[in-house]
Amino acid sequence: MFAYYLDLALRSLRRNKVLTMLMVLALALGIGATITTLTVLKLLSGDPLPQKSTQLFYPQLDPYPKDQPFSRSGKKLPWLMSYVDAMNLLHARKAQRQAVMALSQVKVTPQAQDGKAFYADGVLTTSDFFPMFDAPFQYGAGWASADDESREQVVVIAGFLNDKLFGGANSVGRTIRIEDHDFRIIGVLRPWAPQPRFYAVHLGGRDYGKGEAVFMPLQGARADGITPNTVMSYGPEHTDMQHLETAQSIWLGLWVQLSSADEASAYKLFLANYAQQQVALGRFQLSRVAFWDLMSWLRNEQVVPDDVRLQAGLALGFLLICVVNTVGLLLAKCLRRSREIGVRRALGASRGAIFAQFMVEAGIVGVAGGMLGLGFAELGLWGIRHQPAQYASLAHLDLSMFLFTFLVALVSSLIAGLLPAWRACVVAPAPQLKAS
Amino acid sequence: MNLPLQPILASLRHHRLTTALLMLQVALTCAIVCNVAFMIVTRWGEVRIDSGIDETSLSMLESQGVKADATPWIHHAEDLTALRGIPGVTAAVAVDTLPLGGSESSTGACASSEAMEAAIKANSIDGQSACAEFATLAGSPGELAALGLKLIAGRDFLPDDYKTGDISAAIISRELAERLYPGAQALGKSLYNGSDTPVRIVGIVDTLLRPYLRDAGINQFTMLWPQLPNDNSVTYLLRSAPRDSERVLKAAVAVLNKVNPQRIIPAKRVRTYTQMRDSYFQRDTTMIGLLLASALGLFFVTALGIAGLANFWVQQRTRQIGIRRAIGATRGDILRYFQTENFLIVSGGTVLGMLLASALNLLLMTHYELPRLPLYYLPIGALILWGLGQLAVLGPALRAAAVPPVVATRSV
Repeated sequence: MFAYYLDLALRSLRRNKVLTMLMVLALALGIGATITTLTVLKLLSGDPLPQKSTQLFYPQLDPYPKDQPFSRSGKKLPWLMSYVDAMNLLHARKAQRQAVMALSQVKVTPQAQDGKAFYADGVLTTSDFFPMFDAPFQYGAGWASADDESREQVVVIAGFLNDKLFGGANSVGRTIRIEDHDFRIIGVLRPWAPQPRFYAVHLGGRDYGKGEAVFMPLQGARADGITPNTVMSYGPEHTDMQHLETAQSIWLGLWVQLSSADEASAYKLFLANYAQQQVALGRFQLSRVAFWDLMSWLRNEQVVPDDVRLQAGLALGFLLICVVNTVGLLLAKCLRRSREIGVRRALGASRGAIFAQFMVEAGIVGVAGGMLGLGFAELGLWGIRHQPAQYASLAHLDLSMFLFTFLVALVSSLIAGLLPAWRACVVAPAPQLKAS
Repeated sequence: MNLPLQPILASLRHHRLTTALLMLQVALTCAIVCNVAFMIVTRWGEVRIDSGIDETSLSMLESQGVKADATPWIHHAEDLTALRGIPGVTAAVAVDTLPLGGSESSTGACASSEAMEAAIKANSIDGQSACAEFATLAGSPGELAALGLKLIAGRDFLPDDYKTGDISAAIISRELAERLYPGAQALGKSLYNGSDTPVRIVGIVDTLLRPYLRDAGINQFTMLWPQLPNDNSVTYLLRSAPRDSERVLKAAVAVLNKVNPQRIIPAKRVRTYTQMRDSYFQRDTTMIGLLLASALGLFFVTALGIAGLANFWVQQRTRQIGIRRAIGATRGDILRYFQTENFLIVSGGTVLGMLLASALNLLLMTHYELPRLPLYYLPIGALILWGLGQLAVLGPALRAAAVPPVVATRSV
């Protein structure tokens, strides 16, 4: 039967070639716009570490004075931690893994004679960073926790920096100059850049893109005078960038790994106790804390730009209008064919058969619209890749979005077909036959 | 003849569902396009904002120092001497930032020391009427002339005003002067910023935009101060004829590398002011393009829907049209019939659409930083849709008018 409906539908569509083409074109525009914007939205609001994100948590404390809160409303907790608090929580080792981190623009001087110095994004962190965030090594490995305290002059570099400086060869054991100090390379990462870069939020880095170039032990880098990008002071005096460790300033992010809900609630309790203890010691005035899992943290900080959400909404509105448009045109077309329907019904076709015939016709429009829409989506994404946005190079249609396109196309066209098909199948055959 | 409203309404009632769908489509289009148009106009206003400086003559490059240095200004001064030697360069100054430059230093100050003390007590400069938070733009001698700024009162800085530490003279924008000294002459007054020596206002410029835009009310709160850039990183601003800027920039990179080959000059930071401005607004211009494209797309799809449906109705009613023609209706009557029908449908759609547009605007206001939709957008949107509807229906209506009366005698 399906083949017969298909044949009927194609005949009907061929009868009004221009109209069919315009219907398909309108639907394709709507689908193309929707898929393009949804791809970007999905890319930007995606899970940066799907295999790990449920185990990663971000604690927040509030060392700010009561009458001078971190945010104007007084509701938001400080994004970062002071060195003292971050180190206290790090050394308490209450989580499976924990690492503190800050970002810094560092000057890298190649060893080669003609090499010109350049600036690169650096992460100052502690040893658990690599295993906790599943950063994969191409050569070598990260540093041990003992190296954190001994201020070892070691560095892990990203694959793209290794390609640039050493042509991709195993560079473990060689040295690079960072901010005029020699660092020994102990590890080279494979391409690794979680999107969005959850740990860089509020550290003054980029939220999307190819990732940082160098990773250094925090204390060692600080001993060499490397300063973080973001420092916020909560004390009365101006922050002395050379003595951040003792300053009343927040500039570090702490991430912890906990493998179960029980562990998470235990850690939250530990954090609350710590804050109360600090209030008792007179260091804090407020004992409030916050504790986020990775995805809630990203949602709460609204990492996805407003414009991208607006674009997706706009595209959905566009698709809605395209669907209404298709419904109207299919309906008009079907009403015009009342006589044909009457003849088919009189010859014994059931209501279900008429309904199916019209749904097949709508489905064909949908699939054609989907295919053309896929082309538009590819075109749209190509356009986005040529934009100078941070996430531009990542905008590609993946398989799930590819399938989703067809689903959207089919579902929207079938929804568009429902009303006309229903109207068609309730046509009473007798008056139609009489009229001719 | 009068508009044949009665038969049109009867026919529309007969096609209730199709008519309702078309109205819905027009309404949705009206709602979305009104809001999109408003967003385009809002953003366009931001993109076109006047920086107050002579943009086309300016270009710049950034030099990042190599070693921690006790007196970077001395090296900047050497660089400036070398840059001024480039043919075509009419002025070269070192600055920390520029209007729309992105990175901004801001500070708070008050018109009187009492107001400053009150602000310190309240821990906030926001609530104090005689105080304001504003952006400071530091630069080396000649910055005012290099930027092409015109003083509306007072004088330029004197050579003695320029220092690397605390400064005592400032030039402020007209809007900042009006905010700090409402109704009074700001020139010659002192500004209190909490330090020991107050800053004297020696000049006022008409327009000078902040490096980083905020709300419209405070975008002009700026101060030029004669503080010599004394950081390892510095921006050199070059003034030249617009057609020379590319050549001048190339020469400048070469000259600076000759003075000190150790420095870093990021390629992205070697650009004309226009390029910098474009990159500052790049996201907005992209968004404007997308909004414009979607508005046109919506119009296209809606026109398509109107034309398609009208086409069907003309085909369907060929016989009736023939009969009407046979009993005396003129071509004009038939044409007007379809035009009136379309006018009624679009009118119904736009009435609903104006309500939807306001609702959509309220929804957007809660989710995005968007002002209220001015009411005059609604009739404009309706007018455009009326025009679009008439245009779309013209083809089918003309075809209907061309139906000969003889059709009435044939069976279709």
